[in-house]
Amino acid sequence: MPEPQRQLLMDERAVERALARMAREIVERNAGVAGLAVLGIQRRGVQLADRIAAEIERAEGARPAVGTLDITLYRDDLTAIGPRPVLGETRLPPGGIEGRSVVIIDDVLYTGRTVRAALDELADFGRPARIFLCVLIDRGGRELPIQPDVVGRVIDTAADQRVEVLVPELDGRLAVELIRPTGAT
Amino acid sequence: MSLPSTFLGKDLVGLEPLTAAQIRAILDTAEPFKEISERAIKKVPVLRGKTIVNLFFEASTRTRISFEFAEKRLSADTVNIAAQGSSVQKGETLVDTARNLEAMRIDMVVMRHPSSGAAKFLGERIPSNVINAGDGRHEHPTQGLLDMLTIRDHLGRIEGQRVCIVGDVLHSRVARSNIWGLTKLGAEVAVCGPRSLLPRGVEELGVQVFNRVEQAIEWANVLNVLRLQLERMQGGFIPSLREYNRIFGITRERVERAPGALLILHPGPMNRGVEIDSDVADGPHAVILDQVTNGVAIRMAVLYLLAGGAPEKAEAAKGES
Repeated sequence: MPEPQRQLLMDERAVERALARMAREIVERNAGVAGLAVLGIQRRGVQLADRIAAEIERAEGARPAVGTLDITLYRDDLTAIGPRPVLGETRLPPGGIEGRSVVIIDDVLYTGRTVRAALDELADFGRPARIFLCVLIDRGGRELPIQPDVVGRVIDTAADQRVEVLVPELDGRLAVELIRPTGAT
Repeated sequence: MSLPSTFLGKDLVGLEPLTAAQIRAILDTAEPFKEISERAIKKVPVLRGKTIVNLFFEASTRTRISFEFAEKRLSADTVNIAAQGSSVQKGETLVDTARNLEAMRIDMVVMRHPSSGAAKFLGERIPSNVINAGDGRHEHPTQGLLDMLTIRDHLGRIEGQRVCIVGDVLHSRVARSNIWGLTKLGAEVAVCGPRSLLPRGVEELGVQVFNRVEQAIEWANVLNVLRLQLERMQGGFIPSLREYNRIFGITRERVERAPGALLILHPGPMNRGVEIDSDVADGPHAVILDQVTNGVAIRMAVLYLLAGGAPEKAEAAKGES
């Protein structure tokens, strides 16, 4: 089978600049770091959340609470995709989410189903004062009425394309790539 | 990175038919499920709308409750049927019972049955998933899995551990599931007990045999102490309980003579003062309550893996959201 074509959308510097701006926007929307809790969605949202938290700390001198969320058990398509044997860790920040400003961080926003699942899961943990959605890439294609508050970059994609966010911890480098099936224009 | 439900097959009958990779995947899947039981709201919606019947033809408190917690924490609807004391036997009646349940549109059956092979028998005859919660002397796979998870929690890995199963191996489905699972994952396994309570030819399963419990303790770094099944002891297998305790009981004196660290498991319910002394059961070596906690996570993992949908759809629906 021929290799699919990979196109670089954002290199390391571009991702870093986007994350730095997103961190500033988060702090601006929340009017500071107080009460802020940053939750990364497994898997690559987790590394992005760590980077955004570090950016916020660098700019504000205070670190927001950080946690991780695995939404697999809240998906609406278990019977369609089959079970994923290895689930990621769900770890709320110390002190939980009750009454806090929670920022959900994910790598790519597409259908919105992951975010829907994340909102359901958060509701089982408590009642945040407010929830923001922050994504590095918004590739369109929503199937639910969900929109992000803070976005790194908006791109147009076709359904047969994929957007991959690469992080050093899992992929060895920081980048965003668009993957097209071979033969497509 | 989804795997199809055929990853485990339709049923969980025992650990003998599973591969090492399948067993490892169940243990790995159980890890994140532990955390759900620590939440304020101990519930996730993954099995919402599934109906599970707990069909117990034999008395069980711990296993049944553990399965029920697991099912409820995954949001399944559950029905408990205790057929204890009835004259139900394997064969037509068992299948009829299950077919009647199926006619009410169930999705899974968790079954305990006094006859070895009952779970396989049932699984071959109904389309629902069947999970063996203990069948006769054959297997009790979720107990074997939770024992392995507990060993892995405390020692980091299964491979290379020296595990001795002590006591009534002959009547024990727990022993069989332990032997299959542990040897597949690379542990060395031994058994120790009165000859009358060891199955003939047990060496052929790839296990060592110790006749004296002192030797077993010297060799092992994990002891899995089986319950002396008093209700099955009508046949004169041992002279007396006191005699058994004197020769094979896990006592503090014996445990203190262990050359290295020793982990002590017991599937419960314990006969204190028979196969295990209270000093040991409540002492620093025992991880018996960890086993109970892990039991819920293991059963959640098994239910989750078996409940996964049609494998032919697995590829199509992959991809990011």
